[in-house]
Amino acid sequence: MLTYLRRSAAQLVFVLLGIALINFFLLHLAPGDAAQVLAGESGAATPEYMEALRRQFGLDQPLYIQFLRYLGNLATFDLGYSFRQSLPVSELILQRLPATLLLMGTAIGFALVAGCSLGFLAARRAGKLTDTVISIVALLFYATPVFWVGIMLIVVFSVILDWLPVGGMTSVEANLGGLALVGDVALHLVLPAVTLGLFYLAIYARLMRAAMLEVYGQDFVRTARAKGVRLRRIAWRHVLRNALLPIVTTLGVQLGSILGGAVLVETVFSWPGLGRLAFSALFQRDLNLLLGILFCSSVVVVLVNIAVDLVYTLLDPRIELG
Amino acid sequence: MMGRDRQVAGGIRRRMVVAAAMMMTAAAAVGVLPLSAGNAAAQEARKGGTLSIILQPEPVTLTPSTNMAQPTQVVAGNIFDGLVAYDFDLKPKPALAERWEVAPDGLTITFHLRSGVKWHDGKPFSAADVKWSLENIWKTIHPRNKSLFENVTQVDTPDDSTVILRLSKPSLPILSVLNGVGAPILPKHLYEGTDILNNPYNNKPVGTGPFVFKEWKRGEYVELARNPDYWEAGKPYLDRLLFRIIPDAAARAAAIEKGEIQYAPYNPVPFRDAERLSKLPRLKVDTRGYEWLSPLLYLDFNVENQYLKDVRVRRAIAHAIDRAALAKIVWFGYAKPAISPVPSSLVTFHNTKLPQYPFDVKKAEALLDEAGFKRDANGVRFTLTHDFLPYGDDYRRTGEFLKQALKRVGIEVTIRSQDSAAFIKRVYVDRDFDFAISYNNAFPDPQIGVVRAFWSGWLGTGTPWTNGSGYRNARADALIQEAGVEGDPAKRIAEFNEFQDIVLGDVPSLPLLELNFFSVYSADLQGIVEQGDQVYSSLKNARFVDAPKAN
Repeated sequence: MLTYLRRSAAQLVFVLLGIALINFFLLHLAPGDAAQVLAGESGAATPEYMEALRRQFGLDQPLYIQFLRYLGNLATFDLGYSFRQSLPVSELILQRLPATLLLMGTAIGFALVAGCSLGFLAARRAGKLTDTVISIVALLFYATPVFWVGIMLIVVFSVILDWLPVGGMTSVEANLGGLALVGDVALHLVLPAVTLGLFYLAIYARLMRAAMLEVYGQDFVRTARAKGVRLRRIAWRHVLRNALLPIVTTLGVQLGSILGGAVLVETVFSWPGLGRLAFSALFQRDLNLLLGILFCSSVVVVLVNIAVDLVYTLLDPRIELG
Repeated sequence: MMGRDRQVAGGIRRRMVVAAAMMMTAAAAVGVLPLSAGNAAAQEARKGGTLSIILQPEPVTLTPSTNMAQPTQVVAGNIFDGLVAYDFDLKPKPALAERWEVAPDGLTITFHLRSGVKWHDGKPFSAADVKWSLENIWKTIHPRNKSLFENVTQVDTPDDSTVILRLSKPSLPILSVLNGVGAPILPKHLYEGTDILNNPYNNKPVGTGPFVFKEWKRGEYVELARNPDYWEAGKPYLDRLLFRIIPDAAARAAAIEKGEIQYAPYNPVPFRDAERLSKLPRLKVDTRGYEWLSPLLYLDFNVENQYLKDVRVRRAIAHAIDRAALAKIVWFGYAKPAISPVPSSLVTFHNTKLPQYPFDVKKAEALLDEAGFKRDANGVRFTLTHDFLPYGDDYRRTGEFLKQALKRVGIEVTIRSQDSAAFIKRVYVDRDFDFAISYNNAFPDPQIGVVRAFWSGWLGTGTPWTNGSGYRNARADALIQEAGVEGDPAKRIAEFNEFQDIVLGDVPSLPLLELNFFSVYSADLQGIVEQGDQVYSSLKNARFVDAPKAN
C-alpha cells in the first residue's frame, strides 16, 4: 500500500510535468495572441497600443523564456497571473470553484443515486415493461443535446410556469442573506443540476443494468439461488455489490472532469462555473488562465485515479495494489 | 426573489401615486393644471428600484482607458462622466465641462469645468485630473485617440476649473470624442505614478458619474449603486444597476421575456427573437442611442490577391451584391445599404455624389469579362475564399449571402470560419486572406473611425482594424493627413469629400451596410434612451413609471 502511494506520487510529478509541457506548447500553436484579441474587442488599435499590451502580458519575450517562467512559477505553486483579467490565476479559479463543485456534485450525486436505482430496477425486471420504459427514457436523455434540454426546461419551468429562475446562481437584486440565500441558491441550482444530471443518469442506469445482468449470469448467483437465498437478498448482497466496479470506474472518470465544469450547462444557465471560465479563456487566448485550469484539472484526474484504485480494493478484496 | 422584490416595489409605487394624486388635486384646485394633465401624472416617475441589465460578453476591465470593448464601455459610461455628452444630432452638450471655446485658429481649446464635483471616494475633481488623463492616457495608450491628441503640446490649468489645450496644429475631431468613454478622465490621485495598465482601480473604478461601483462577481454580475452626491441634483433616479452576465442568447431572450431583465442593449438577442419580443406589449425594441457609434459593415478586398488587385474585379463584385436584399434578408431590416465609407449619420461629412455600384449582374459580368476572367466549362471564372468576422450568425449568414451573390456572376466562394483571435491574425497580421467582412464604428468624425481603414502609414505593423485591404494611395494618404490637422471646417469637409471619391473609385474596401443596433427594454421604463451616445453613457435619466392603465 505505502509502496503504491510512493510510486504514485513519483508518477504524479512526471505526469504533471509532461502535461505542463504539452499544454504550454499546444496552446501556443493557436493563431493570434491575447493582445490581438483585446485590440480586436476594442475595435481600434495603434501600433503603440499593441506594444504596450504585449509588454504588459509578457508576450514580448521569446517563447522558451515564457515557458521557463511558467515552470518556475509552477515549482513554487504559483499558477501565474491573468493579465487579461488583472487577477492571479489561483484567485480566478478559487472564485469559480464553489459554484463548480456545487453544480457538478449535485448533478453527479443525483445521477448516481437515481441512475443506479433505475438500473437496479431495470435489471431486476429485465425484459418486462419497467425495464423497457427505463431503457427508453435513459436512451432519450442520453441522446438529446444537453443545451436543448436546458432551454426546454427554462421555457417550461421558468418562462411558462414561472416556478424557477431563468439562470444565474443567486437573486442578486433581492439582497438575501442567511437561510434565505441558501434556499435561493438551491432554487437556482435545480434546473442546471437536473439538466446535467439527466445526461449522467442515463449513463449510470445503462451501466448498472448491464453490469447487474452480467453478474446474474455467473455461477455464484446460481449457487446462491440453489441454496435457497431469497431473490431480494441475492440482488442486494451478491449482484449489486459485484456490479459496482464499473460504476466506480465511471464515477472516477466523471469526478476527474469535475474541474472542467460543464460548459454547455453553465452557459445556458449563466452558472458561474469553471467550464465557462476555461472556454472563454481559450477564445481570449488568456493562456496563463487556461494553463492554470488545465493544470488543476490534471492534478484532480491523477488524484481521483489513485482514489479509484483504493476503492477497488475495498469493494473487491481480490484486487491488490502492488 | 423576483416576485417579492416586485411586490415591495409595487408598494412604493402605490404610495408615490397617491402622493402625486394629492398634489395634483391641490394643483387643480388652484387652477394650475389643465385637465388633460391627469394622464401625464399617471406616468409620474418614481424614484428608486433596481434595474437589471444584460451585459454580454463579460467585460475584461471596467475602466475604459485602454480597453474600448463594448461591455466595458456600457458599464463604465455609468461610472465615469465625460467633459461632454452627445445629443442625437451628435452635438456636444455640457457634462463635466460647463462650456468650452475653440480659438478661431483651432490651436487653443479651453474647457470651463463644473465646480463642486467629487470623485466617488470624496476627493474633489479638478482640472489636474483632466490634464493628467490627457497626458497619460488620451495621448499615449488610448487605442483610438492617440492621433487626435498627438498635436496637443501643452495643457494649462490656470485654476482648478479651467483646462486649456494648446496645439501645434488644429485637431477638430477632438470635440467628437469627449464623453466618458471616448476620453475617460481618471482620478489622478489614484493613478499618478502607478502602472496604469495594472492599476487595481481598473477593476473597481472610481469615477464622478451617477453610479458608484459596488461589486463585480465574475461570471455573474457587476453591481453599481446610486451616487447620492451626484452633481446633477435629483439624479440618478434608480437605486441600483445590476449588469448580469448571461452568455446564452436563448437564455437572454427568456430572461427578457420573463421580466428578470428590464434593459438589454447592443443586440442582446438574435433578430428573429427581437421581432417576436417587439410584439409583446411589455417590451420595446429601440434602435436609438447608437448614433455616436455609426457602425458600418464593409468588405475588405485583399488588393494583393491575383484577381482582386484588378480594380475591375472589385467593382464587379460591388455590382454583384444586392445590398438592399442583404439588409432585409440577413439583417432583418436592422440595417440600410451604405453608399460611402462615411456613414450617412455623419451628415456634414457624408458625400452623396460618389461613384456608385448599383446592383447590376450584367454590368458585373461585363467587367469580369473585360478583366479577362472568362467563365470556364463549369461556368466558374475563379475561386475566392471568404473570411467572415466571427461575431455571430449574422456575419456568417452575410458570408453565405455573398457566396450566393458571387456565384451568379461566376465567382466561386469558399467560406472559412475561425475564432476572432485567428481572424485578426489572418487578416491584419498575416494578410493571408482573399476578402473578409468586418465592421467598424465610424464615430462622429471620419478621422476617428473611417480613415484607419485606408491609411497606409501603419501597413506592416500588424495593427488590428487598420487597412485590411493593404491599400496604398498617395493622394488618399495626403488627404487623411491634411484633414487631420485642418483648422477650417469647410476645408476639412472638402478634403473628406475628395477622400471618399478616391477610395470609392478604387474600392479596396466596399461599404455594405449601415448597421442599426437595437436595445430591448421594459415598457414601464422611461428616460432609457435620451442621447446619441446613450449605450455608452449613463442611465441617470432612467426611471420606472407606472404602466399606463389600459382603457
